[in-house]
Amino acid sequence: MIKIEKLHKSYPIGKDSLHVLKGIDLHIKEGEFVSIMGSSGSGKSTLLNIVGLLDGHDEGNYFLNGQLIKDLNEKKAAILRNKFLGFVFQSFNLISYKTALENVALPLYYKGMKRKERLVIALEYLEKVGLKDWANHLPNELSGGQKQRVAIARALVTKPKVVLADEPTGALDSTTTDNVMDLLRDINNEGMTVFVITHEEEVAEQTKRIVRLKDGVIISDEYTKANKTV
Amino acid sequence: MFDLDRWREIFQSINKNKLRSVMSGFTVAFAILLFTLLFGVANGLGNFFKGAFADDAQNSMFVRVWKTSKPYKGLQTGRRVQLKNADYDFVADEYESKIEYQSARIYKNFSIKYKSEASNYNIRAVNPDHQFLEKTIIDEGRYLNERDLKEKSKVIVIGRLVKKDLFGEKPALGKRVNVNGSSFLIIGVFSDEGGDNEERMAYMPVTTAQMMYGNNDYISQINLGYNPNLSTDAAIAFGNKMERDLRKRMDIHPDDQSALSVRNMAEANKFISTVMLALFFIITFIGSGTLIAGIIGISNIMIFVIKERTKEFGIRKALGAKPGSIVAMVVQESVLITTIAGYIGLSLGTYILSLIGNSLEEDYFIKDPSVSPGIVIGATVVLIFSGLIAGYLPAKRAANIKPIVALRAD
Repeated sequence: MIKIEKLHKSYPIGKDSLHVLKGIDLHIKEGEFVSIMGSSGSGKSTLLNIVGLLDGHDEGNYFLNGQLIKDLNEKKAAILRNKFLGFVFQSFNLISYKTALENVALPLYYKGMKRKERLVIALEYLEKVGLKDWANHLPNELSGGQKQRVAIARALVTKPKVVLADEPTGALDSTTTDNVMDLLRDINNEGMTVFVITHEEEVAEQTKRIVRLKDGVIISDEYTKANKTV
Repeated sequence: MFDLDRWREIFQSINKNKLRSVMSGFTVAFAILLFTLLFGVANGLGNFFKGAFADDAQNSMFVRVWKTSKPYKGLQTGRRVQLKNADYDFVADEYESKIEYQSARIYKNFSIKYKSEASNYNIRAVNPDHQFLEKTIIDEGRYLNERDLKEKSKVIVIGRLVKKDLFGEKPALGKRVNVNGSSFLIIGVFSDEGGDNEERMAYMPVTTAQMMYGNNDYISQINLGYNPNLSTDAAIAFGNKMERDLRKRMDIHPDDQSALSVRNMAEANKFISTVMLALFFIITFIGSGTLIAGIIGISNIMIFVIKERTKEFGIRKALGAKPGSIVAMVVQESVLITTIAGYIGLSLGTYILSLIGNSLEEDYFIKDPSVSPGIVIGATVVLIFSGLIAGYLPAKRAANIKPIVALRAD
């Protein structure tokens, strides 16, 4: 599903440049539940941004669903994101003046679906994350855990191939963290590829494969107990 | 293409960000309000200038005489100058091709009496062409004609208010009135846009007046309408030449304004058109300045708004929004706000102008201030266009920011 070969990425800082990713090789198959671990500055967010087509890479090859990602313009990237990817962010990134239902329905709008149809589907997904009763509330009327569940519903609503989660539990307490991780595991059990970035061991342990990143290189890549029990 | 969903997005965005929308709308509405008022007031000034001379024909000239103020050819200062029929004929022959209408005028003031009603009125003894020079409007009957002059008929055309004074609501046409002791037949009733004084008077044939009151060939004044095909400058030159010729003919010092002068509407016309041109430039300058200020205002607000929404755009792009759809959304919103706000400003301005109406005519020389539909449509087009530009440029830039950068914005 995701295949990365010798990926390099640097950011210019003034006259110098900061070499963030120094040759990453990673292969994630369909249906995997992978977490990327690493301290801040290890390059894990950069990796996710590149995988999520939110940012470009400098060197190396990236194949998404077998398609080589190269010289994408914003328009093509937008179409691919809408088609293949669902995002869950640490800071939720819900649109503040739209209700939970409208937030969830938004990706379907960009898919070109009719309003009635997309509201029906959006409500289904809200029900799936247990927030059907909150459909007409604005984000600031929801708790952190609820917001993240809305964001997950929004990521799933287009039936993407991969769900990318950037520190999905970073702003949540431990109980809601467990709720969100349970939800992600359920999604994975339905066959969706889930790609989580975290710096919390407890979170990473709930996934099936942990890739550890340090200073822009992969230092370990192993399956967890959770994987073996399935 | 009409896209209901996009309009829904836009209305939601406007609705949920009322302060922002009202703020940007206010700038535009205010600019257009000022623009409308300014144009309206300028038009009002123009209308006043044009209207001030509407009483008489635009191409009229008057030859007036009084006493000499300069000695000339051995003749003394203070000599009374008298125009005669010969002078009238001289003008008619000499400048035939340059004259459209010509009339002599003798001023009299007599009592006019009908049954028990009587009053004093100004009477002008004139030629038939006078009707066109004074823009006299015949309400009933007819004006004087050449036959009246030839036969020196005792006929009279009375003003609307003279009829009202003497006859009330009863018919006056065909009745006989006593003018200074002689019986005159009323052949017509007229009105005049020059005001009450112009309607409280009467006209009689110039020949009749000359025969009855002094039996001479004197006339008080010669009125002309110059050929409308003459340019303003040619008409002014004609007036000056006639003034010189007449002074020479009547042994008057060439510079003696008091003895004989030609009042030429062409000069007034030239003055008015100069003033109007200056006014037009001033208004265009200030008006476009106001509009530009409004456009810059809305552009500033749009830049701010788009900066504020950068993160939202980042989210939308992460969810699959193409840059074009974001630009289109912002531009449509901006155009919608500017158009609606512009129209509010425009309607408010037009409404205020209609309230002002003619109330400022006396003190401020502003008559019927209004804006033409052309200006209204032009301003609207400018507005829509400026809304387009104001939205497009910053939105285009924001839409091309990488989503990762946009998402980091706060």
